[in-house]
Amino acid sequence: MAAVRALRSCSRTAGRLICVHHIRSCSSVRFIKSKYMSIFDKSAFKFSHQHRLFKTSAISNGQIVQFKLSDIGEGITEVTVKEWYVKEGDSVSQFDSICEVQSDKASVTITSRYDGIIRKLHYNLDEIAYVGKPLVDIETDALKDVASEEDVVETPAVSHEEHTHQEIKGHKTLATPAVRRLAMENNIKLSEVVGTGKDNRILKEDILNYLAKQTGAILPPSPKPEIIPPLPKSEIAPAAPKDKGTKIPISISKPIVFAGKDKTEAVTGFHKAMVKTMTAALKIPHFGYCDEIDLTQLVQLREELKPLAQVRGVKLSFMPFFIKAASLGLLHYPILNASVDENCQNITYKASHNIGVAMDTEQGLIVPNVKNVQVCSVFEIASELNRLLTLGSAGQLGTNDLTGGTFTLSNIGTIGGTYAKPVILPPEVAIGALGKIQVLPRFNGNGEVFKAQIMNVSWSADHRIIDGATMARFSNLWKSYLENPAFMLLDLK
Amino acid sequence: MVIPSSLKNCFQLFYVLKISASGFKYTANRGLILQSVSSDVYQNLAVEDWIHDNMNLENRQVLFLWRNSPTVVIGRHQNPWQECNLKIMRKKNIKLARRRSGGGTVYHDLGNINFTFFTSKKKYERMENLKLVVRALKGLRPQLDVRATARYDLLLDGNFKISGTAAKLGRTVAYHHCTLLCSADRFILSSVLKSPYKGIKSNATPSMPALVKNLFEEDPTLTCEMVMDAVAAEYARCHQIDHHITLINPADEIVFPGINNKTKELQTWEWIYGKTPKFSISTCFNMMYEQSLLEVQVDIHVKHGRIEVCNIDLPEQWLPPAMCNELEKNLIGSKFCPSETTALASALLRICPQNYELHSKWSLLCENVMTLM
Repeated sequence: MAAVRALRSCSRTAGRLICVHHIRSCSSVRFIKSKYMSIFDKSAFKFSHQHRLFKTSAISNGQIVQFKLSDIGEGITEVTVKEWYVKEGDSVSQFDSICEVQSDKASVTITSRYDGIIRKLHYNLDEIAYVGKPLVDIETDALKDVASEEDVVETPAVSHEEHTHQEIKGHKTLATPAVRRLAMENNIKLSEVVGTGKDNRILKEDILNYLAKQTGAILPPSPKPEIIPPLPKSEIAPAAPKDKGTKIPISISKPIVFAGKDKTEAVTGFHKAMVKTMTAALKIPHFGYCDEIDLTQLVQLREELKPLAQVRGVKLSFMPFFIKAASLGLLHYPILNASVDENCQNITYKASHNIGVAMDTEQGLIVPNVKNVQVCSVFEIASELNRLLTLGSAGQLGTNDLTGGTFTLSNIGTIGGTYAKPVILPPEVAIGALGKIQVLPRFNGNGEVFKAQIMNVSWSADHRIIDGATMARFSNLWKSYLENPAFMLLDLK
Repeated sequence: MVIPSSLKNCFQLFYVLKISASGFKYTANRGLILQSVSSDVYQNLAVEDWIHDNMNLENRQVLFLWRNSPTVVIGRHQNPWQECNLKIMRKKNIKLARRRSGGGTVYHDLGNINFTFFTSKKKYERMENLKLVVRALKGLRPQLDVRATARYDLLLDGNFKISGTAAKLGRTVAYHHCTLLCSADRFILSSVLKSPYKGIKSNATPSMPALVKNLFEEDPTLTCEMVMDAVAAEYARCHQIDHHITLINPADEIVFPGINNKTKELQTWEWIYGKTPKFSISTCFNMMYEQSLLEVQVDIHVKHGRIEVCNIDLPEQWLPPAMCNELEKNLIGSKFCPSETTALASALLRICPQNYELHSKWSLLCENVMTLM
């Protein structure tokens, strides 16, 4: 019995592997090696469809096979286990990676020779594993075992040339025995199927999709492949919409499977902190106030000043103007630059205008601020912004840059959008979101239509201490500075 | 029809890479010499991955020549905090990469040449490859005293390491790659390969520091181009193939389908930092606050690059215990990374009681904790 099992496992292995020398020292199988080689050469092809007989003689429902650590070469006898890719209870397919071991500067990926379920890992991380000794125990499915023997028998009948043909292309077609059987039953050449599994492996869904394509049935979207093989995928896509509504699916007996799965992960790190901040933020009673600003004159002014700033090595965007105008406005309405304590019992009017600029980075939303805008020139604000932007994209902003803000502007318009409903960042009491600049028709004083550069602003403020009138007046003042930049000159400190 | 030579090259290369020995009568059927036109370490490492995963090396061997812009490359199972000075690297924009082969940490720049020898697993023979390199060098400059050691290093004048080796074995393909110091910046090399981080306890593969020297220092007439050419010539001679170096572009999806995904994966935080074997940092540092010196004891455990355990011991009541707890609690699960910690700490500061003293103490503590990262 053991011998029969051994023969089965050996020939199954052989059926999979293209290089004969890959037969490993499965100790119980070694003596059969030579016998097996002759089988593979000729008589296998002569097997008829008598394989049914083998099926009925299957005995147990899963045998534990000890997968031994194979020879690494260079006479190495021991290695250190560095990483496990599987754990007990995981199911693996042939050629899946099992673990990573290291020996003397060489890192080796050990792949499974069997399909089955991992039952035991013989080593822990950083332990020494020995060549020739068991690495993992895999429970293989005895029925599959038999099915694969049928495979070995049938595959040559279908195409021994195909086997080598696949080899010649340099593309080994990977598929589990069950998938190969399905392909066989439907007379499908594996080389014609687009594999969407790992390493271009052909999955059951791929065979079904291929079949469906043949019959013109309507397909659900197949899972996105990581590596697209040279086979044209575009064949599949047009077929589906073209046939929609004209053909009724006929020959698919098995339901079409969508292999996507939900993925749950913990909210950690920076995102966790954001959860806390935003929860606290929404405890503040917000009110909104929106308006539109005609930036036609400012756009012109910036065009004139851009090259001058460039000469000084600074990139000039619109933000420095928005920021400076906001600071000038805050001088008249200092309550917008204030902070309240937890129970809203005390209000602190902050002397410095540290205006925050929302930035979208790899981490997510961070808000560095420009310190003391009230004593900075537009150019100084621009160069400081440049510095913060560079550091922000490199992920090198310090705590000093990210804390101490008193008022925030969020230029969401660079990404898109017009009106928004920004959320106040505690401990501040107001925030403004700037939409994108659009060219729109407007009427001038003479009733004529002209091209205007319009931007929308959406303010949010803490209604416990700020009323609508204050916000509106501040916004009007800010708007007047931007619509008539010369006006800013009058009030510049 | 006139086919532009670059296109012709592309087609030739495409067929060479796809069709194995038995199917195509091309002189490169027994061996191939490739050279990358890119100096991006991630792209070049992706080429190695691609060849490892896609080429049939049953009857063929490949030599791949490449050089990178300033990068520190750590081995598959190493700990970057233990191996290099991440702070200097961030400041000087020196990249960090983790390769898939084992071994130790090396510094690459354009004065360092990388050779990768691809073979089938059966023909994997590191010493032979190194001997090939030695022969090539001796052929160029017979008076050079270069030899290979049992540890697969190459030594110049018996004392100075000019090359380190690492290897990767897969199911059917193996590759052995090694560096060669021609004219690298030794000053940056030594400053960047010294870790400033204290108190790390880890089972990651450690590197063996060694005295290094550039070939250029021994013989100023040697250039990288000469050395690459010499090794290629020796390889061609050994494998009886044309001494023809095929230039490849690692961003070309047509010749290397799927390579851009590999490049992307090599750049992810999860690969570079997340693959660090678990380790712990147990250290203390001193902080200066308003003329008094405070001692802080920190104990952090990191797994998959994320903080699993975090204990910060501060002098009694210096910071309200609730605030300290909040910091510890939020750091758990966070990436062991200064930018993530800064963002996290700043966000948390928004919901703390707003008083200047607390804020400055908190900022001071966070800045100091970040120096560990």
